[in-house]
Amino acid sequence: MSLANDILQYVLGGLTMGGIYALVAVGFVIIHNVTGIINFAQGEFVMMGAMFMVTLTGIGLPAPAAIILSVILVMVVVGLIEVGAIRSAKRASPVSLVIITIGISTVLRGMALLIWGTNPYKVAPFTEGGPIHIGGASIVPQVLWVIGTTAFVLALTFFLFEYTYFGKALRACVVNKYAAQLMGISPGKMSFFAFIFSAALSALAGIVFAPITFATYDMGLMLGLKGFVAAVLGGLSSTPGAVFGGLALGVIESLGAGFVSSGYKDGIAFVILLLVLFLKPGGLFGTSGSKRV
Amino acid sequence: MQDLTRRKRFRHLFILLFTILIFALPLVLNNNYYLSVLVIIGIHSIVVIGLCLLMGYAGQISLGHAGFYGLGAYTSGIITSTYHTSPWVAMLVGAIGTGIVAYTIGIPIFKLKEHYLALATLGLGLIIHIIFVEEVALTGGPSGLTRPIPYLSIGGLELSNDFKYYYLVWLITLLAVIIANNVVHSRVGRALRSIHGSEFAARSLGVDIGKFKLRVFTLSAIYASIAGSLYAHYITFISPSPFGLMTSIQFVVMAVVGGLSSIWGPVFGVAGITVLTEALKTVVPQLIPEAGGEYEIVVYGTILVVIMIFLPEGLISGLANLYEGWRHRKGQADENS
Repeated sequence: MSLANDILQYVLGGLTMGGIYALVAVGFVIIHNVTGIINFAQGEFVMMGAMFMVTLTGIGLPAPAAIILSVILVMVVVGLIEVGAIRSAKRASPVSLVIITIGISTVLRGMALLIWGTNPYKVAPFTEGGPIHIGGASIVPQVLWVIGTTAFVLALTFFLFEYTYFGKALRACVVNKYAAQLMGISPGKMSFFAFIFSAALSALAGIVFAPITFATYDMGLMLGLKGFVAAVLGGLSSTPGAVFGGLALGVIESLGAGFVSSGYKDGIAFVILLLVLFLKPGGLFGTSGSKRV
Repeated sequence: MQDLTRRKRFRHLFILLFTILIFALPLVLNNNYYLSVLVIIGIHSIVVIGLCLLMGYAGQISLGHAGFYGLGAYTSGIITSTYHTSPWVAMLVGAIGTGIVAYTIGIPIFKLKEHYLALATLGLGLIIHIIFVEEVALTGGPSGLTRPIPYLSIGGLELSNDFKYYYLVWLITLLAVIIANNVVHSRVGRALRSIHGSEFAARSLGVDIGKFKLRVFTLSAIYASIAGSLYAHYITFISPSPFGLMTSIQFVVMAVVGGLSSIWGPVFGVAGITVLTEALKTVVPQLIPEAGGEYEIVVYGTILVVIMIFLPEGLISGLANLYEGWRHRKGQADENS
């Protein structure tokens, strides 16, 4: 295999992971924009999506039904969490809210351990078939599903935010919560929608990702972290930024693992993160600099 | 003015009471299991006191303190087991080295704000952890340092059991509290609190924000490093797993649960969380006999969420506020009757 083939193979692999990171990152950005919370439980939403998929396909549901049902289940769980924990913590400071999301992620991981145990589960790919060759590289068909789903969902998100009344209300909350409230938009309701929408995105990420890797109860931790990194790379408040951050992180990681050392794969990602932060403190797409008093 | 002196006297009284409690505790609890839990509480308290200075007074969150904790532990472990120097020298080398690392990396990090800063420290902690795992020749890799780490000794006295080590650890913890207390109530402390209140107001009054933040960050890293050295000489074996992201998060959780606005908060936070985890290990299997560790994790997470919902300022201020509220209501009831 030539160097060019190697690079192509790593980039394709990186884009696959990057698509997953991008979905998680967009989930982060939506919750952060609407509520100001850094949600450390985001990775667990991904894990729940993958795990529900494991169970539902396990009892014999066809893949499309299992996908839809898994997403709905995750949305229900997250909706309950938003009402039960996030909303009742009105007095909490931002740091306390972060700790609450850490607590939630601990509970969810513990529950997953109770229900599914420590075994890794394999989910069947959505479509059968051997590897597909592109140039000198080869990929499994599921990769196309990952990239396709990411593109479709992100396009849908963009449409929802830009062109619907609901999206405008959400964005109004982002721009100025107080003014939005005066216009009759309930920030509480918007927070609820932000959480369940973000949960749906993360659940989908877990579902399409599950056939590529093994699904385990603790898969959420690293995915959530990488999603956070991707979101920050993109500036934490910009959806296109988050997508770019996710894809860039995936590719950089994959190239780093291939050419430098697979043990230092995560290290390389974080060194680049630090460099980006130092050189451009507001993230690549962020509005850095001025801050109101 | 008189009020200030009274508060100062109250503070000193509190430290004195605490000292007596600490020195009396092992005489009552003469049981190795309890003692070892108390030693770990002491070691973690040192880290969390430093973190609390950073979070509560300078208003900066760090998700990478397990990295500094690990740097101290590994410096002590590697130097003493390879070169057979005195553990005290190794501890000092670790503290100075970690301080230099924190100061150097802190210069660019503290140009960042809020979530970016948290992420930068998180990244730093993860990088340090990955180095522990990957530099097999130096650190022994994932399975840990195989060469034996010696016990600490004072003069000819080797601190090889929990009882002796308890006193050493808590003496250092007490020292850490006193130093932190002095920092908080000095000119530096006022500058720090002004940063937490409003960075812009502080800056306009001539407080050099960056310098203060950087110093506190360095001090908290040194605290963590010393705690790490103490841990290495207590367990006498180190591997990368106690110095990962979960430990960093755990430190932040302990700081927040204890409450950030009091220098005693960290000790209570660490004790609260540690006792909670240990108690769950005993209580849960009794309630549900067939239960494994899973139930403990779920209960732990739930309690954490509940504490943060109902006592968002942490245990100490939260309980104090509840008491004030109760007294206020009682006072009103008395007036009405």
